[in-house]
Amino acid sequence: MNNENVLAVQNLTKKFGNFTAVNAITFEVKRGEIFGFLGANGAGKTTAMKMLNGLSKPTSGSGTVAGLDVIRQSEKIKERIGYMSQKFSLYEDLTVKENIRFYGGVYGLSRKRIKEKIEQILAELQLIEVASKLVKSLPLGWKQRLAFAISMVHDPIIVFMDEPTGGVDPAVRRQFWEAIYEAAKRGSTIFVTTHYMDEAEYCDRVSIMVDGKIEALDTPDNLKKQFNATSMDEVFLKLVRKIN
Amino acid sequence: MKLLRYLIQKEFIQIFRDKTLLLMMTVLPIVQLILLSSAASNEVKNVRIAIVDKDQSEISRSLSNKILANDRFSVVATSFDQDEAMNLMQLDKVDIILEVPLDFEKKHYRGEAPKLQMLVNAINGQQATIGSGYLSSIINSLSQELIMNEPLMIHTNNRNKNATITVSNNSWYNPELKYPHFMAPGILAELTALLTIILSAMNIVKEREVGTIEQINVTPIKKWQLIVGKLVPFLCIGMFVLTVGLAASKIVFDIPFRGSILLIYAYGFINIICVLGLGLLISNYADTQQQAIFIAFFFIMIFILMCGLFTPIDSMPKWAQYTTIPNPLAHFISLTRKVILKGSGFMDVKWEFIYTIMLAVIFNGAAVWTYKKQQ
Repeated sequence: MNNENVLAVQNLTKKFGNFTAVNAITFEVKRGEIFGFLGANGAGKTTAMKMLNGLSKPTSGSGTVAGLDVIRQSEKIKERIGYMSQKFSLYEDLTVKENIRFYGGVYGLSRKRIKEKIEQILAELQLIEVASKLVKSLPLGWKQRLAFAISMVHDPIIVFMDEPTGGVDPAVRRQFWEAIYEAAKRGSTIFVTTHYMDEAEYCDRVSIMVDGKIEALDTPDNLKKQFNATSMDEVFLKLVRKIN
Repeated sequence: MKLLRYLIQKEFIQIFRDKTLLLMMTVLPIVQLILLSSAASNEVKNVRIAIVDKDQSEISRSLSNKILANDRFSVVATSFDQDEAMNLMQLDKVDIILEVPLDFEKKHYRGEAPKLQMLVNAINGQQATIGSGYLSSIINSLSQELIMNEPLMIHTNNRNKNATITVSNNSWYNPELKYPHFMAPGILAELTALLTIILSAMNIVKEREVGTIEQINVTPIKKWQLIVGKLVPFLCIGMFVLTVGLAASKIVFDIPFRGSILLIYAYGFINIICVLGLGLLISNYADTQQQAIFIAFFFIMIFILMCGLFTPIDSMPKWAQYTTIPNPLAHFISLTRKVILKGSGFMDVKWEFIYTIMLAVIFNGAAVWTYKKQQ
């Protein structure tokens, strides 16, 4: 990990009418970091994330993602980032292989590179046997891991993951986090939202969002010290109670 | 361009994997074409008539015989009593009552121009108009015959019988007045438009419902690329349906193709792009497939009822005639009828081309313009 910022935003705000979903958030994410983006349901995590990956236009504030301006270069940003949405987003009526090929193609990879990627992903996820099966026939855990691999098919600088482990069993969650570590080791930056406080412990740094604001941001160990807690669970509860 | 290839490839894989869609593309158009072309007919074949002959003369009998000999009429009652005939009409057993008054023949020979009475059940307006039209032409032809064959007739008003104006009908372009010949090209146009508009209106919305569209929106894909990627596969389907329909109408109805098939294909190509653009535009404004279908049906109903397929555009009020200009279906139907039945060339249908190209540019431009990659 070095000190280069892959992502830096200042006072990023999103309003829907009178409602402020994201209220002037300011933070940085460094290259190769696993950054946990925590918060209760409805705290504004997904909205904040959508502003960072160009799906949502910020109402005010500024920032850069992968070296590009979030307001003016939101289309260009898309070439350099990966995104795995909360909703499962592979094509269920395409096979595993066809999904990889399609997203590889859409990101403008060469035919040779797509072939390599297909082989690499199938081997890493041990999906060679089901390569020609429709995605809808796979168990949820496999689908999620495939979706993660595909969100990184174009080797993005930073990957945004919106609750990637929602609804999967602990064993798969563990596999999933191994995959995240693997990716981070290769130099990818991971930006991940989650509900599971035990997962927060796996992150290099975490931010906790409450009612559209970032209320705490540090390494899990520092946060525990700061809030005099034994687990991230406790940190979260203390923070939320203090504020409400 | 390379990127487009992957988009189009993906759409095709999905289309061919969807069995219902394949059925919709092949069986449905053929069934509809055959069924609608032969059944949806304005032709009035069986007019039920009651003849109240109070005269019982030679003329009245030859009139009855003429009516009996015509296969469009079936004489369901002959009576002397008008009330009895009226009762039959009340019971909806009779469409037209023809009354020959007493002394009809006598008056005729006296040159008094006697009158026949025709009572028409006009609940079904079309049946009534057309039926009474047939009957009038029978009566006219009889009166012509009478004038010709009665040199002894006393002319009190000194009318020159040679000056009688006769109208002779000659049905050009569809000499045998075959209804399917008139309907099939129109229905074919309607089917192609209907299928493609629904398929395209559903497509992006379906991706929005499933959530895949969000994944597409975070890729560097351009808006026009996405729209073109959706357009091309459905254009192929539309052209395929057009081909199936043309073949079916040739095989089943033996419709004479007087004009250039190439011209129909060239126009079909533009027309399908045009309606697809509208379908994609609709899908940009719908969040669920249900909404998309409702909006699509709103347009489809107007398009079908105002395209000249069932009611001639010429008989609409002037303002309504202008509303058919942005109706791609009206141009499609007008063109297929002209080219197939009349053998019109490009210059005869250039306005259909011009209007449709304009609409295609507007609809597709709007579809690209209103597609939002960013909220």
